[in-house]
Amino acid sequence: MAGPVSFFFEVLFSGLLAGVMYSLVALGFVLIYKASGVFNFAQGAMVFFAALTFVSLVERGVNFWLAMAITLAVMILLGILTERVVLRPLINQPPITLFMATIGLTFFLEGLSQGIWGAQPHGLDIGIRDEPMEWLADRTGMFLSQFDLFASGIAAVLVTVLALFFQRTRIGRALRAVADDHQAALAVGIPLKHIWAIVWAVAGFVALVAGLLWGARTGVQYALTFVALKALPVLILGGFESIAGAIVGGLIIGASEKLAEVYLGPYVGGGIESWFPYVLALAFLLFRPEGLFGEKHIDRV
Amino acid sequence: MSAVITPQPAVQAYLTVNNVEVIYDHVILVLKGVSLQVQKGQIVALLGANGAGKTTTLKAISNLLRAERGEVTKGSIEFDGRRVDQLTPNELVRLGVCQVMEGRHCFQHLTVEENLLTGAFTRSVGRAELRRDLELVYEYFPRLKERRGSLAGYTSGGEQQMTAIGRALMAHPKMILLDEPSMGLAPQLVEEIFGIVKSLNEKEGVSILLAEQNTNIALRFADYGYILENGRVVMDGAAASLAQNEDVKEFYLGLSAGGRKSFRDTKFYRRRKRWLS
Repeated sequence: MAGPVSFFFEVLFSGLLAGVMYSLVALGFVLIYKASGVFNFAQGAMVFFAALTFVSLVERGVNFWLAMAITLAVMILLGILTERVVLRPLINQPPITLFMATIGLTFFLEGLSQGIWGAQPHGLDIGIRDEPMEWLADRTGMFLSQFDLFASGIAAVLVTVLALFFQRTRIGRALRAVADDHQAALAVGIPLKHIWAIVWAVAGFVALVAGLLWGARTGVQYALTFVALKALPVLILGGFESIAGAIVGGLIIGASEKLAEVYLGPYVGGGIESWFPYVLALAFLLFRPEGLFGEKHIDRV
Repeated sequence: MSAVITPQPAVQAYLTVNNVEVIYDHVILVLKGVSLQVQKGQIVALLGANGAGKTTTLKAISNLLRAERGEVTKGSIEFDGRRVDQLTPNELVRLGVCQVMEGRHCFQHLTVEENLLTGAFTRSVGRAELRRDLELVYEYFPRLKERRGSLAGYTSGGEQQMTAIGRALMAHPKMILLDEPSMGLAPQLVEEIFGIVKSLNEKEGVSILLAEQNTNIALRFADYGYILENGRVVMDGAAASLAQNEDVKEFYLGLSAGGRKSFRDTKFYRRRKRWLS
């Protein structure tokens, strides 16, 4: 059964599954961008912070689920504090100011987490091993990691929940309203402060999930903050405002970088994987700057 | 002469704006002591040219100024016998004071119906009641029912204005601060919207403070009017008498008054107005 075709599918699927991991990080960006129009540079640092906090708690003998709960509480608190200390004083400032503030937040978080927990890398075991599934390999000849499948499952659940939250609930609707027009949202009585605190808390939760999965895969170390950079082309492809976009963008980036590595790599000496997504993103910026699912800017004339 | 400042009535007005001064960015003085009153169930028009301070007055009441670096530095605002100048917009909406902002400000990427639903944000009510409220809004604005599923950003200016008013209605307001509903709309549509506002006022008992540049139509639908110039109230009176006033006719309604042709008379008018304020 193993042949060039099944090899192609193996590459494709493992790429798609790796892409889901990018999507997880991209989701955090989308949430905050949707609700406040801020590109949160600190999302990577939040992922790192969450993972490091969790792993350090576990290493100190805290029960897995308890550690998860504590970390979640910390992330929610962080979200509320960010609104209080960083965003509230900057209300009605141009987006670039807020963006700069999130860069500041990045350095703060990186320093804080390493200051508290130390800078040495940690291994993280969440009980799912990163190895091919034998039954799948036996039947189809494809070697796919069960960890990847697990991660996609988590991502699928997360996305469904978030999509329902945004589309169907009162708070979700308010979040989208705030993203569209701060002033009008205030005028209908939506308290911006609470909304932002909520959205940062949710983004903190997403960062925790991404942090656990990425941490389990690559180990918890400073380099984890750089996964945010991989989320960037995902966002450009999918559109900054769209949860669906973050997923599809992640899948496309994941699949295309793996396929490019395998099929184009040999001709240019390999290493394509690390830069191919950015080339793709560049092409999108030229031809479809709002991304696949991004909101078109509605202009009335 | 109808242009006299009415003395404080014995009965407490529904909304009382008392000598309010607003400063933007700590330096720009926009309102220089505006006082006005709205009685329960009234439509009161706030008239004046661009930059006279109409919008600022409304935003001072709804407390949306702070988001624009504006600040009420003097005076007081009372609604229903209670000081409201320190309340957040959220608390004000809960009290029943809702602003429909100039330029509609619909949520462009939400559907018309979702826009309406955001209006009910402050009321924690069940689905059935929301449904009923939506139907009420659709009764007043049948056009919105047809467009309920479209993104608000893709609807016409008139439909957006209706959406904005409908959205405010969803909050069960006691008073709507309606800013420039006629802006950029065809005369016929303006007529239609004012008609609906009037029937909202009569049937739902919503008091309305209306800022308008279109003096003509505003005075036709309002009970009482205030004219603002340079951040001051320069004239006020019952709508009907304002509409008959020679100065108002000449400067705001574009009807030339018989006797006054020369520029000197104009200056006289300006001077006189200053006295009145």
